[in-house]
Amino acid sequence: MGIELKMPALSPTMEQGTLAKWLKAEGDRIEPGDIIAEIETDKATMEFEAIDEGVLEKILVPAGTEDVAVGAVIALIAGEGEEPASAPAAEPAPAAAAEPEVAARGEEGKGEAGSAKPAAEPLNAKASTPRDPALSEGTTFTSTTVREALRDAMAEEMRADARVFVMGEEVAEYQGAYKVTQGLLAEFGPKRVIDTPITEYGFAGIGTGAAMGGLRPIVEFMTFNFAMQAIDHIINSAAKTNYMSGGQMRCPIVFRGPNGAASRVAAQHSQNYGPWYASVPGLIVIAPYDAADAKGLMKAAIRSEDPVVFLENELVYGRSFDVPDVEDYVLPIGKARIVREGKDVTIVSYSIGVGLALDAAAKLADEGIDAEVIDLRTLRPLDKQTVLESLAKTNRLIVAEEGWPTCSIASEIIAICMEEGFDHLDAPVLRVCNEDVPLPYAANLEKLALVDAARIAEAARKVCYVK
Amino acid sequence: MARKPAKAPEPANPTVAASDDTDFLLHSLQDAFAANKRYAASEAEMLEFYRQMLLIRRFEEKAGQLYGLGLIGGFCHLYIGQEAVAIGLQSALDNDRDSVITGYRDHGHMLAYGIDPKVIMAELTGREAGISKGKGGSMHMFSTEHKFYGGHGIVGAQVALGGGLALAHQYNEDGGLCLAYFGDGAANQGQVYETFNMAALWNLPIVFVVEDNQYAMGTATKRSSAETRFYRRGTAFRIPGMEVNGMDVLEVRAAAEVAFAHVRAGKGPVLMECNTYRYRGHSMSDPAKYRTREEVQEQRDHHDPIEGLKKTLIEAGKTEDELKAIDKAIRAQVAEAADFAETSPEPGPGELYTDVLVEEY
Repeated sequence: MGIELKMPALSPTMEQGTLAKWLKAEGDRIEPGDIIAEIETDKATMEFEAIDEGVLEKILVPAGTEDVAVGAVIALIAGEGEEPASAPAAEPAPAAAAEPEVAARGEEGKGEAGSAKPAAEPLNAKASTPRDPALSEGTTFTSTTVREALRDAMAEEMRADARVFVMGEEVAEYQGAYKVTQGLLAEFGPKRVIDTPITEYGFAGIGTGAAMGGLRPIVEFMTFNFAMQAIDHIINSAAKTNYMSGGQMRCPIVFRGPNGAASRVAAQHSQNYGPWYASVPGLIVIAPYDAADAKGLMKAAIRSEDPVVFLENELVYGRSFDVPDVEDYVLPIGKARIVREGKDVTIVSYSIGVGLALDAAAKLADEGIDAEVIDLRTLRPLDKQTVLESLAKTNRLIVAEEGWPTCSIASEIIAICMEEGFDHLDAPVLRVCNEDVPLPYAANLEKLALVDAARIAEAARKVCYVK
Repeated sequence: MARKPAKAPEPANPTVAASDDTDFLLHSLQDAFAANKRYAASEAEMLEFYRQMLLIRRFEEKAGQLYGLGLIGGFCHLYIGQEAVAIGLQSALDNDRDSVITGYRDHGHMLAYGIDPKVIMAELTGREAGISKGKGGSMHMFSTEHKFYGGHGIVGAQVALGGGLALAHQYNEDGGLCLAYFGDGAANQGQVYETFNMAALWNLPIVFVVEDNQYAMGTATKRSSAETRFYRRGTAFRIPGMEVNGMDVLEVRAAAEVAFAHVRAGKGPVLMECNTYRYRGHSMSDPAKYRTREEVQEQRDHHDPIEGLKKTLIEAGKTEDELKAIDKAIRAQVAEAADFAETSPEPGPGELYTDVLVEEY
């Protein structure tokens, strides 16, 4: 019996990749440790090492094939002393093998590959609802990943302003732990793209001091989980100094990086810090969902005179969205966006939750419930007006948040609806959040703990009093 | 950015002693300083040092009084006894280029900069005319005009922030350096060493100054620190150290000359320990039961930085009367600052919501 070689995953969130190159040919002997092939995703390139010995009997996926699903059989090795089989056994073609898995994950509404369908929704919504700033007739769009949009925003601002620089762990030579800073070192050099040691408290302080000294730092945290080591500088040094100095000492800095649950990385690496930072006066907190917002708001963040916490999401980095081909696309901070118009119920969300809310809205539409979806985009200052206007229209509101329920953005939205929108409410405002537990590792428990489209749809039915 | 090689070269012979490692300048600055420990100040300079130290002393005494009267609230950390450190170091700065940052015991450093005592005292009393409009208080004062970046209340935070100011000097190629002060207490914070590492790795223009006043709040250095000779603590990062008598302004100034020249030559950071003594409690609410009256009296009688310089001035031919006249003028200046701080109005209620953010969104 031969050994099946399967498409490896380069990261917990990878679901497909490109088989860039075969380094062994059919019939070659293979020893453990030999490099057999090169695998690529949009994040990284990895060499695929053999752990078995034998003869490469059959290559099933030719070099250059894109979108090969993780786990698909890509080659067969005949074991020691085995006769190579005359023909590969009736292995399913890799593309065919991949499809059901991708589709299944797509329904969960998470994962990079699964985003293709939900991603189509906001694009349609975009076409029908005006965006800020008003795009002129005939504006063309380019499909861009969130990852590229963030990079483009940083690169454009670095070209425009010599004071802007990037620092963080692996941002330069490694090209970014999640490849968000890819290519910046080559264009801007090591003075402006600075690799730091693993020393979050220290480099957050140095970045903050540099901002006080007149520069415009972009400090990348590999994830916001690690920024807890640095939170003193974000809050005590960056957020409060302008006030404490009577407006003398500004701190124009952007702290950015992925936030929220990734995939199977468990409790210490999976947390949404949106509510933490959004509770601090003196900070701007931005948490976009799609690529156009990521680009337009990142540019605005870099230009802001105030300290900005910019919360990204690892699971959304690889999703593609249309970004308008507009020179210098800058969006206003502090403005929510109606990503889907509806009249029956409002779903307020932000970051990855917006994709889930759109999935839920699509399900609800099939049932005759017309949901409006609001992407807050900025968590501080919060665009109360857009939320309250929508509530006045639909009279029913739920909040979908990938994060804990207690003291959440959802709690805040509920308080605002109570205080300022009470007369418009036809039902109590409900929150649909993660379960109130540290995020578990086991796949089934993780799925149980995280907010999903089905739960959002269920809450919407409930406030519409539909069984 | 001028970077050092990723890995400093190893000595050819691994058994070679650290002192023979010619690439490592650990002792070189101390040796240069030891060769000429007292700055040869002109008479005019000495008089100016005397005047500035006395201004800090009288200002802080007055602040202590106002605190006792309830006119100053919260925490109030006095600099009495430590005057020679700020004056000796800051007198050697290039005020057009260099930046300074310190912790919460910041009144003295601001006065050393020549910032108007009136706006400092008015900040202590929480008045609109205060340098932070009354919104910062004793521990949070800044003057970007003077490149004085605070005034930080979180112990040790100013060290990393100072690293950032130094990064900005290097980035802008403005030739400036950052002088980052911290205490023997802050010297045990982890971020201090994170900053040492990056400052040495990136060759940042920064002088780290440990003001060792012997007590971290109520804890004597020997009870808190495994290595109480703080100047040695840069060794692991290849940062040269200097040990300085912080009770002698001319010694501090001489050390500053050596350290600043090293940093300005692009040779990276310096760690300077200034041994000094705080006469008053950690803050006004500290009864200082952790030390004896005799210990404090011994410092006052034999090591006082102002009395020490006075002696030098008299030896140089100044008369008691001339020096008394200086004191009298300073007392008048401080009294005027206190009057101003007491009579200025409090900030208007409208100030509550200003300066939270710079921009409107």
